[in-house]
Amino acid sequence: MKKAHNHNVNSEIALTHLITRKRQILMAAMGVTVGIGIFIFMNSLMKGFDRYSTESLFKTAPHLRIYREDAMSAPIVRTDAGDSTSAAVILNPKITNRSKKVINPQEVMARVKALPYVTAVTPDVAVNVFYNNGQAQVPGRVSGVDIREEDAMFHLTASMLEGDIRAIATRQDGIALGEGIVKKLNVRVGDNITVSSAVGVSKNLKVIGIFKTGITSIDKTKAYVNITMAQQLMRQGPSYITDIFVNVTDPNKAKNYIDEIRSATGYDVEDWETANSSAMAANRIRRVMAFSISMSILLVAGFGIYNILNMTIMQKMNDIAILKAMGFSGWDVTKIFMMQALLIGVIGVMMGWGLGALIVTLLAKVYVGGDIGYFPIRFEPMYFGLATLFGLIVTSLAGFLPARKAAKVDPVEIFRK
Amino acid sequence: MITRENILETKGIGKYFTDPVKTKVLDDVAFEVKRGEFLTLVGKSGCGKSTLLYILSTMDRDYEGQLRIDGELLTGKSVDRLAEVRNEKIGFVFQFHYLLPEFSCLKNVMIPALKLGKYSRKEIEARAYQKLEILGIQDQALKQASKLSGGQQQRVALARALINDPLIIMGDEPTGNLDSKNTAIVFDIFKELSSVYNQTIIAVTHDNDFAQQSDRTIEMADGRIVSHGR
Repeated sequence: MKKAHNHNVNSEIALTHLITRKRQILMAAMGVTVGIGIFIFMNSLMKGFDRYSTESLFKTAPHLRIYREDAMSAPIVRTDAGDSTSAAVILNPKITNRSKKVINPQEVMARVKALPYVTAVTPDVAVNVFYNNGQAQVPGRVSGVDIREEDAMFHLTASMLEGDIRAIATRQDGIALGEGIVKKLNVRVGDNITVSSAVGVSKNLKVIGIFKTGITSIDKTKAYVNITMAQQLMRQGPSYITDIFVNVTDPNKAKNYIDEIRSATGYDVEDWETANSSAMAANRIRRVMAFSISMSILLVAGFGIYNILNMTIMQKMNDIAILKAMGFSGWDVTKIFMMQALLIGVIGVMMGWGLGALIVTLLAKVYVGGDIGYFPIRFEPMYFGLATLFGLIVTSLAGFLPARKAAKVDPVEIFRK
Repeated sequence: MITRENILETKGIGKYFTDPVKTKVLDDVAFEVKRGEFLTLVGKSGCGKSTLLYILSTMDRDYEGQLRIDGELLTGKSVDRLAEVRNEKIGFVFQFHYLLPEFSCLKNVMIPALKLGKYSRKEIEARAYQKLEILGIQDQALKQASKLSGGQQQRVALARALINDPLIIMGDEPTGNLDSKNTAIVFDIFKELSSVYNQTIIAVTHDNDFAQQSDRTIEMADGRIVSHGR
């Protein structure tokens, strides 16, 4: 039979049920509110931490690093044994003496630079050294860099406490030291220190700048010098380069480019996620924890809705029976109670947005100190969306189970009591 | 007597209860109800009259035999189709009023009509007022259903049963919970509906006065009809 009018009486009944039990409904909605609020807060915080740690990582590490892996010596095969069917093989593989340098670095860099997604390329000569000032000796690692390219990639000038790092482009004997080294050696800008490398080269260098990246392990060991100076410390010529650093447009896609760059250059390529895999794993663990905690709070809120709806249905057995007698189908009854659950969910989710936004706003103003400064948290629209999605899924499930039970009520059983 | 069409027909209705042991509670029940007839079902408690009424109501689908209402064979029809049939063609009155306590009397009366969707909301409201007027409680229309006296509530329930102009009103002890004064009122209403509005009524009762004043009384014993009352 086609209906002449559709009066939507199901939602009318559902709404009346809700309005007559405001306080209960509000309590159930509050459960959802807390769940949504915590979900938004925890996930936004984790996202913030992730962003903070990646950002600080990229202060000193490139998206991709081109380098030459240590080679193992090949087995020596003697083919002059006289017997053509057998060969004497001497197995004793170990690292070869071959230097780790990249051959013809200018050419390699030009080729990498030509790739469309590459934004910056810079050569690096890494040298393990001792910094000496009188009796004081500090171990560390010097990077010989092309300072203009390096600055474009890592924004070194932004981390300078004193002096101008760009001076090492013109001053062969200039060195920019990390803040931690400066403290240990007790030097100032303008002082001289001696830097000695593992291959026995010692150079007298002038401190032209002091930087602080905020990463203690870097600030305690790292120094920048002119690339020629680093090559001299290694007793090598101008073609000697240990690594080529590459930045790309989207760091999250860095690992997709590895194969292409490897075949373009013929050298090994490592992306930042592989280079920092333990930090990445820690991030993942944090995210999983945040997600599971906030999901369990949402689940508990779901149980709250389930309970309230179950109780309502118990109290409303008579109403359900008469509705069915009067011609409401099982699906109508399901809808009446599902609608209540969803409305509780929607109210809870919207209040949860408010709560989440409040926590985020407040926390963003809290100073935690250290390298971090303020809480690295900000509005993440994605988590508002996800929270809404999960909130509504949980409330629908919590509503569906009791609603289906209500739909199955046999009116005859109620009337005959 | 003018031959009138059959509104409801049953053929060989049988039913078993399986709990605690399988027992036959209805056995080969066959009868017809004519349009405009005021029929009462009587018998000792446990004779199966209420069980029969719930089969006639289409709410109990677990039986043998055949049930036809308004010429349509309803045995074996889907639950949803039966719900539609009840909405359109059957009005119910029970011993207890079963009004929805959160709604006004008027809304309670309107709900089956809103579900049916045959008229606009305005028309339904006007019709609901009209039914309440027939039952003499139009002045209670806007009160919450739970705030009325028992007799008034039963009359609101009757108005609700009438709202879709059903083919049949079914009553299960409709006066069972009422004092003699209200019983008389409700009975007079049934009588008036039957004679003035030609309304078909089937009511289960064990009130002999009530039964005697109906058009016909079917008497049952041990799951069988012992007297068709004509």
